[in-house]
Amino acid sequence: MEKKTIVIGVIGADVHAVGNKILYRAFLDAGFNVVNLGVMVSQEEFIAAAIESNASAILVSSLYGQGELDCRGLREKCDEAGLKDILLYVGGNVVIGKQDFSEVEQRFKEMGFDRVFGPGTLPEVDIAALHEDLHLDD
Amino acid sequence: MKPVLLIDFGSTNTKVTVVDLESERLLGTAAAYTTVQTDVGDGLAEAISKLEAQTGKLDYVERYACSSAAGGLKMVTSGLVPELTAEAAKMASLGAGAKIIKVYSFEMTEDDAAEIENAKPDIVLLVGGTDGGNTECILHNAKTLAGVKGAFPVVIAGNRNAARQCSEILSPTHQTFICENVMPKFGQLNIEPTQKQIREIFLDRIVSAKGLTKASELISGILMPTPSAMMKAMRLLAEGCEGESGIGELLAVDVGGATTDVYTIAEGKPGKANTVYKGLPEPYVKRTVEGDVGMRYSVHGIVDACGIAKIAELSGIEKNRAQEMVDYLGSHTDALPQDEQWERLDHALASMAIDTAVTRHVGKIEEAYTMLGVTYVQSGKDMTRCRQIVVTGGSLIHTRETDRIAAHALFDPQNPSSLKPQRARILVDRKYILAGMGLLSEYYPEIALRIMKRELSDEGEQVSAMTQTAPQFTPDMPSGCCGMPV
Repeated sequence: MEKKTIVIGVIGADVHAVGNKILYRAFLDAGFNVVNLGVMVSQEEFIAAAIESNASAILVSSLYGQGELDCRGLREKCDEAGLKDILLYVGGNVVIGKQDFSEVEQRFKEMGFDRVFGPGTLPEVDIAALHEDLHLDD
Repeated sequence: MKPVLLIDFGSTNTKVTVVDLESERLLGTAAAYTTVQTDVGDGLAEAISKLEAQTGKLDYVERYACSSAAGGLKMVTSGLVPELTAEAAKMASLGAGAKIIKVYSFEMTEDDAAEIENAKPDIVLLVGGTDGGNTECILHNAKTLAGVKGAFPVVIAGNRNAARQCSEILSPTHQTFICENVMPKFGQLNIEPTQKQIREIFLDRIVSAKGLTKASELISGILMPTPSAMMKAMRLLAEGCEGESGIGELLAVDVGGATTDVYTIAEGKPGKANTVYKGLPEPYVKRTVEGDVGMRYSVHGIVDACGIAKIAELSGIEKNRAQEMVDYLGSHTDALPQDEQWERLDHALASMAIDTAVTRHVGKIEEAYTMLGVTYVQSGKDMTRCRQIVVTGGSLIHTRETDRIAAHALFDPQNPSSLKPQRARILVDRKYILAGMGLLSEYYPEIALRIMKRELSDEGEQVSAMTQTAPQFTPDMPSGCCGMPV
């Protein structure tokens, strides 16, 4: 099987570095080529990295509550940059306070994200989702 | 005595430097006006006769030359994303001593192809995609370039998965060279193999194409483009060699008539633990060329960058008069300062040329407010801790105001986000020997280094031209504290 490339990073002015490193390690071990952009990543950086590396998916993390603002328009910019149909995932504490997750999920899906993961999601869950969406086991 | 002749074929001047290998001394320097249209040999002969008027007749044991004649090493580069592989291609070419005509990113158009055909580059560098990454763009651009007329070779240094195919597309019309990817992995710079290849092509093909072979019969070899010689000299001066220590990290500025070149030999990594680095990693030996910043041909670029009010303020010349004088210099590119007022204008222009070029070369730091307090975001090199600045160029070496002009390379509290050196010793290349020493260092690094250490005149330490206060951004976090939330 050809190795798939994914781009990961923590969006916005968010400096939560530890979860990002754990995800990086988990995705590497799961057999992906991982471009890890680290913390404080702008939408433009995600897109530029995905173009150069011909990535199949962009996985956005957000822990500090401003994720909704930071993620708005990412799908549109991907379309504009020629990254048609690239998979977009988002995960973490993506909104402020305790909100009903199904509503949050719905909002991010309307913004063009293919999958939304709540707080405390284990890496195995994301990996399984990637396998399914990228048809790696077909 | 064992005199070695070092020659720099420039576009308007041939400069010669002679050193004695036995006494490790500089014997003399001279320059003569030349054009490649006639015969570079004439200019060389005239420069040597001027030189020997000072030193007496010499019997040279070796002769080496560098060249920026006939427009220098003209390159066009093409990459994918502007701030990623296209930037890496630009850094690779500048670091190889090239003059970049244009940098293209994404897929080239028919118009771009026509533009390249007219520009008549010496070499085209084709990159794009990380290894295993995007191949569409580089393949498209290879097809476009294949249709461009001209005898230029193409260096292919992009996604390795597409390299062979690019070469097949291009080889019917152009000679091709495949190198390792300039960006094999995202954010990883690998520009040395490409630079080595560019230099080999320069030696094999460009030297003869530029009509320099007539001159090269007289000399032991044309070794490199002049900017490469400068860069070699700066690297040697900073790092030292076996038997002679260097002076440490440095920043160098060469203010010319058409361009201002800046070199840094420094890591420039973030100085504080709570700083996040963004963007491409920078090469340890970095060269930038500001094509719009120069004392004559590009004098209007200086004014565009800083405003005529600033030139008026620094020179003490009324604004309208200053503008008139700048216009005159732009159309009289061989003009030298005629009186004290013209000198003041040149000082102001040189100061702003240095300010603009160094600010563009060094990195930036910005404050970012996060939920957990202030974090700093750095891009480019942090040169605040660099303590040495080397300056060269006519406007700096023929004046006693060198230190005041050069101080504009230093940190400016008015622009605290620019990571220029906070204070530094100013070293001046009064005799124009740097390119020559770069050449000499190819075979006699120890001697070249000792001569540079002796000949570069030390103007003493300068602190920021404006005030002596420390920069505002200095975070008061204790060092060693990671500052990163979990």
